[in-house]
Amino acid sequence: MSGRWTWRLLSLPGVGWLSVFFLVAFYAVLCVAFGNQDTLSQPVPFWNPLDWNVGYVLDVLRNIWHGGQYLTVLLRTLAFVAIAMALALLVGYPVAYFTARHAGRFRGLVLLGLIVPFWINYLMRMLAWINLLSPDGWGTRVLHDLGIERLFLWLGLLSTRGGWLDGQEATVVIALVYGYIPFLILPLYAALDRIDQRQIEAARDLGASPLSAFLRVTLPLSMPGILAGSVLVALPMFGDYYTPDLVSASTRTNMIGNQIDEFTRQGSEKVTGAVLTLLLALILLALMFYYLRSTRRAAAEHAA
Amino acid sequence: MIAWVRNPWGRPRWLAVVTAAYVLWSIVPVGIAILFAFNAGRSRTTWQGFSFHWFTGSTGSVLHDPALQSALEHTLLLAGLCVAISTPIGVALGLGLQRWRGPGGGTVNTLMLLPLVTPEIVMGVALLLLFLRVFPGIGLGTPAQVIGQVTFTLSYVVVMVRGRLASIGREYEEAAADLGAPPHDQLLRVLLPLLAPAIIASAAVAFALSLDDFVVTQYLSSDASTTTVPMLLYASARGAPTPALNAIATVALVITLATLTLAFLVYRRFAGGREAVELASLEV
Repeated sequence: MSGRWTWRLLSLPGVGWLSVFFLVAFYAVLCVAFGNQDTLSQPVPFWNPLDWNVGYVLDVLRNIWHGGQYLTVLLRTLAFVAIAMALALLVGYPVAYFTARHAGRFRGLVLLGLIVPFWINYLMRMLAWINLLSPDGWGTRVLHDLGIERLFLWLGLLSTRGGWLDGQEATVVIALVYGYIPFLILPLYAALDRIDQRQIEAARDLGASPLSAFLRVTLPLSMPGILAGSVLVALPMFGDYYTPDLVSASTRTNMIGNQIDEFTRQGSEKVTGAVLTLLLALILLALMFYYLRSTRRAAAEHAA
Repeated sequence: MIAWVRNPWGRPRWLAVVTAAYVLWSIVPVGIAILFAFNAGRSRTTWQGFSFHWFTGSTGSVLHDPALQSALEHTLLLAGLCVAISTPIGVALGLGLQRWRGPGGGTVNTLMLLPLVTPEIVMGVALLLLFLRVFPGIGLGTPAQVIGQVTFTLSYVVVMVRGRLASIGREYEEAAADLGAPPHDQLLRVLLPLLAPAIIASAAVAFALSLDDFVVTQYLSSDASTTTVPMLLYASARGAPTPALNAIATVALVITLATLTLAFLVYRRFAGGREAVELASLEV
């Protein structure tokens, strides 16, 4: 047996596994989305693409075209993700920058502080906030005492005093930031850490002000990290349903994930759920491949 | 801020303040949730004194409440099975891919990476439909949950094994080949021992990922007996539960962090600190 075949044989179980449980599973979504449902509204997939029924897909597209419920949910998802991503960058960039550049002898400790949340169960982190933000929780009291509650009420971001968990859009967005920001900070830190300090010194020596050295050297050089980190937080945010469920529990803050979850896992509209899943996957496909390409390029540079 | 603009080589205080505030913001709420696991009373918001009641007490505790006990057992069962399946398959695929020559390698590599970037709900729906319509014989429940978890943990194992293989290089294998070792000896007696720290670490990461997984596990669950700890947190966080919920979350957290710390130490011992940090931050 030649060495070449040893390696292919080793790959076989993994390739087989992923083919069945990833590729075939995904094909099943397609066949359900382009299938039909029986009288008990259970999905009847059409396995042959020649038989595909476009009825359910058209229904969803028509709904979106006429500004129906799915459009509302999609736009809300986009808005939530965009705002949460911007906020996460606003908080995450200075943190990553400080850790990479100025943390000095505290660097290990700060890094630990950045990594630990990554490994604390997401739902436990949400549970923590649910306890804090319940009407008699410590967080609610602190926000009240600091005047933040008044500010949010004044800005119209909170509808009643102490009602942080009653279907507030602001709470959902901040919870999304809280939940996913570790995914942003770590790649950002890695990108900033890789920047050669001498390039910034060179810019300074050539007369750049600190601000313009930052804007014209550091920021552009950290762009791959910003983009990779943004994609890494955007992907799970787009598929999230549990965060709104937990911190809002109101249909007013439903994201596309909630709609899919209602239709597929909980409910009896699995065909429409499959269509929406497909739509979500299509929207995210570009982001997914962008990320894969950029990591591949980074790996190639790393090896070089 | 202005001082920093004038002199960025000085200590930028405001950056330090933002970073400290961020780290506190991200950790203190969880710390408080853990604290309330030790609350003597039934409240999760008002402190009523210290007690181990919700861990070991005779009623409603993690140790004695049937629902909590079952959730913890099922979570650990899934994690064990997931590790047992995804580690060998993932190590083999990692080896195979790293040394793959000829066409097909790129495609397989992309296929392997896709589960890492696919939003979990998409995988959840896909696997749900797969087990409902393609493999109704398996159906939903424990086997489906294990399969689902293996499908996305596999890629992490592969990535970690490949990272270690890349830093080992090919010299050892070539030396073994020059000394006349046949391919399977190169693999079993040279590569695998060198890979051992990565294998242990990737098993630990797979264990932690399985323990923490929520979406795929929830989509593939069937009845109350297949409820895991994260599912329990989701289901009862908004209800009126007791601090036992905080207690069981704390237990799961301790298990996760202990597993990862152990793996981190093993890895650092054998493979060096920098790689270990990359590992801990799952820099894939």
